Amino acid sequence: MLTPVTDPDGAPFWQYAAQGELRVQACADCGELRFPPRPCCPHCRSFDTEWHLTDGRGRVWSYAVPHPPLLPDYAAQAPYNVVVVELEEAPRIRLVGNLVSEAGAALNSLDPHRVRIGARVHAVFSDGLVQWMLS
Amino acid sequence: MTGVGGLKDATAIVGIGQTPFAKHLPEDERTLACKAVLAALDDAGIAPGEVDALASYTMEETDEVELAKAVGFGDLTFFSKVGYGGGGSCATVAHLAAAIATGQATVGVAWRSRKRGSGPRPWTNTAVQLPTPAQWTRPFGLLRPADEIAVLARRYMYEYGATRDHLFNVALACRNRANQNPAAIMYDRPLTREMYMTSRWISEPLCLFDNCLETDGALACVVVSRERARDCRHTPAYLHSAAQGLPAQHHGMVNYWNDDPLTGPAWTAARHLWKHADFTPQDVDVAQIYDAFTPLVPLSLEGYGFCGRGEGGAFTEQGALEIGGRLPLNTGGGGLSEAYVHGFNLINEGVKQLRGTSTAQVPGAATCLVTAGEGVPTSALLLRS
Repeated sequence: MLTPVTDPDGAPFWQYAAQGELRVQACADCGELRFPPRPCCPHCRSFDTEWHLTDGRGRVWSYAVPHPPLLPDYAAQAPYNVVVVELEEAPRIRLVGNLVSEAGAALNSLDPHRVRIGARVHAVFSDGLVQWMLS
Repeated sequence: MTGVGGLKDATAIVGIGQTPFAKHLPEDERTLACKAVLAALDDAGIAPGEVDALASYTMEETDEVELAKAVGFGDLTFFSKVGYGGGGSCATVAHLAAAIATGQATVGVAWRSRKRGSGPRPWTNTAVQLPTPAQWTRPFGLLRPADEIAVLARRYMYEYGATRDHLFNVALACRNRANQNPAAIMYDRPLTREMYMTSRWISEPLCLFDNCLETDGALACVVVSRERARDCRHTPAYLHSAAQGLPAQHHGMVNYWNDDPLTGPAWTAARHLWKHADFTPQDVDVAQIYDAFTPLVPLSLEGYGFCGRGEGGAFTEQGALEIGGRLPLNTGGGGLSEAYVHGFNLINEGVKQLRGTSTAQVPGAATCLVTAGEGVPTSALLLRS
């Protein structure tokens, strides 16, 4: 399985995820949330950032169900869902992930037919990655 | 408008060339590039020694030095490469036009050579950071361009009621044109609705026939000033308007992180394209719209102003994209059914339409829109005869 190849802007996200927290980069001056992380606030051009703790609740914005050909570790689990989740408290912050039956479960642990746009979901954590479960 | 009007009809495409298209060609990419470029120059009636400008894609692996020394170009005074994969196709021609219109060069060649049919699929390379925010997507199995677009396609279908039949209409129009084009990979392979609806999934909601071909091949074209164009062998295809488009807060193929992810680079390019044009979308006789995936076509139909927001799916109904329809599409077969060479075949097909030599000729075609990849920083051309 591929692990996140992080950069200086993204690394804090993964450090917090490893601690079981879903935090999103925010401007320390104007407070705007932004994702993906980047060096400078596109609203006020401030370089001061903080990491806003979210409650991990969201809704499925869209999803795909990949089938082979895929990289071998992914082909072995296909078909599986990949969801884009919109955070309830910040609808323009969207995170790509997988809807699973429980934390740490395989990508194909939930029947793809149970995935719906608009479904309420919440974040769970496993091996430093954020996963999602139906709420 | 002095200055900004300086590009309008100032240059023309006067030569086009291509190699055969196949799943596997024996020649390497460099050889294919040389053959396509020499074919385009021969078509124009211009000697290689007169070429002084080049433009291609950043993903092109035959560089200017290799090409120039192999085919015997003269001294080059302008060379440029455009990024973002298939989003750069039309911009190669636009950069040459700008160089020629401003006196930096006189004869420009744009080209693309690619062994995507027999070579590796870029997404299988796990050692490099692909030009997407890979850390946010690839660990979760969003691995391929088809997966990235499938997410946007699902949302588009959900918001606007577009259906798989609408996507089929796109695939069918391209296949029908390929069935008229002996150079097309799918020349002798008709497509039916049953084949489409029962084909295997690649990334739901996209099936096999929603995805472009994987092709070995190369193409090139030659750009000169409008004065020089009059002395060339064929009817010039004048470059009426050209634009690139990178919208504010755009994220490439994983454009999930802004206010309106379904408004892509096409909208940005289109605003500039039409601002500098003497005609409107209603005046376009034939369109060559980038079709790496079928959903890019309804999105582009909206972006370039052929219909309203959310109407791209419905636009494809009642044969609108076929010959005789409201907007004949991808008349050589496009990336879906002629060849996928990062959209360069769409440029050359646009020129054929304006010359009147397409294998699926739109009678009297005098204006053609050509677009580059939607869903990535893009570019577009308006050509006229």
